[in-house]
Amino acid sequence: MTDGSSYQEAVAAGMLPSEESHRALLQSIVDVARAIFGAKASSIFLLDDATDELVFEAVSGEGEGDLIGMRIPSSTGIAGWVLVTGQPIVIDDLQQDPRFARQAAERTGYVPQGLMAVPLSNGDTILGVLQVLDRSKDRAFSLGEIDLLIMFANQAAIGLDLLQTARRARAVAEQGDGGAAVVGRIAALLENAEDNEAGQRLLEALEAVLRSR
Amino acid sequence: MSERMMPAWSLTAEAAGSIGIPAEWPDRVTRDWAIGGATGEGVDVCILDSGVDGDHALVGGLKSAVVVRLDDEVTTIEPDTIGDVCGHGTACAGIIRSLAPACRIHSVRVLGEGNTGSADLILGGLRHAIEQRFGVINLSLSTTKRKFAELLHELADDAYFGGTVLVASAHNMPVESYPWRFSSVISVGSHEGDDSFEWYANPNPPVEFFARGVDLDVAWFGGSTLRATGNSFAAPHIAGLSALVLSKHPGLTPFQLKSILYLTASNAGGSK
Repeated sequence: MTDGSSYQEAVAAGMLPSEESHRALLQSIVDVARAIFGAKASSIFLLDDATDELVFEAVSGEGEGDLIGMRIPSSTGIAGWVLVTGQPIVIDDLQQDPRFARQAAERTGYVPQGLMAVPLSNGDTILGVLQVLDRSKDRAFSLGEIDLLIMFANQAAIGLDLLQTARRARAVAEQGDGGAAVVGRIAALLENAEDNEAGQRLLEALEAVLRSR
Repeated sequence: MSERMMPAWSLTAEAAGSIGIPAEWPDRVTRDWAIGGATGEGVDVCILDSGVDGDHALVGGLKSAVVVRLDDEVTTIEPDTIGDVCGHGTACAGIIRSLAPACRIHSVRVLGEGNTGSADLILGGLRHAIEQRFGVINLSLSTTKRKFAELLHELADDAYFGGTVLVASAHNMPVESYPWRFSSVISVGSHEGDDSFEWYANPNPPVEFFARGVDLDVAWFGGSTLRATGNSFAAPHIAGLSALVLSKHPGLTPFQLKSILYLTASNAGGSK
């Protein structure tokens, strides 16, 4: 962490919106997805590369409030299949599958009858999975609905990408011990301080010293 | 596959008269000629997916089942005793069985071992399947990882020139993914019809064919069935149809088979 761009990133990290703001973006996406499809629930999973698991990052509807942070295997079940294969899928009448029903009920307390699932990708990286559970049956399913789901997936992927970038940058700023981390922490303190006049003067003095070298 | 008559790096004047092609083609290729009375008998179809529940009534047994694992960055092939970790591979097998009831179905499971390294598992599984010289391999999956594109491309070409038909579901998302975009595979998207024998040739590739993929009843694990939609269900329709063609006309190359699917497509007068 010695090059200029790292300092800039660290400063940016110190001034980033809070994790709550990013979560609010994801929450808004699942809320709207649920409303558009008239669904009982919608959720976003983030792939945790370190543990190779899918983590509930946002939930709207059934399970809201309970599931955030819950982890499931990354390559089994429908979400795992979508993550690994990169293919969207729509399934109805899931309750016909006793194994699925039991496993899902044990883990989440809620058993959907149908679900739509689509991968969330940024460039060539799959970041997670967006699911819509028990969409309204008022209208017949069409390919147009998959297209709509994919549009939401693009939004959700941007949201997830922002969240991950912010977390990484903040981890550097909060935990690093290099110069960039210190600058990041100073930026955060200045950003959050109610009265930073003294700090501002000190920084201007530091800038003058550095320029005069 | 019939033995190649000669290594064709070049063609001498003497050899030109004897370079026969072992297929009798009608003046007009019709569906009746292509698949009429065919059952898929004698054709090996491989499903590279989440595994297959061979005991499911709609699958009707497996000829073989293996799982691909990754040990220290080396893929290994072992007998699969788990079956299906999702349900999807069983769904694909059921679709293929419904179209080509007498074909032999093989499962190569590349899911269930974690997402990390999953592209390596897909590559390892595909390499294994191509080495087995199966007639048809169904790939209802894709990878967006650019670094695997070149290796996948080489494997797809190996299959194409080795006489194995790769049928891959197209990605209906605005990202680059593989191997469905390669011209050496048969790529498939969905139409909204409900006839499994309705398929369309796309005049505007890279998606080359559209087959049934919306609101269909499929086999799922635990002996159940459910209603499903996705390009991943359209691919096995073309895989099943390919098995039918190959059972009636053994020895066709992937190029010839793709041409027959094109000539007999519903929008090419094929259903007449």
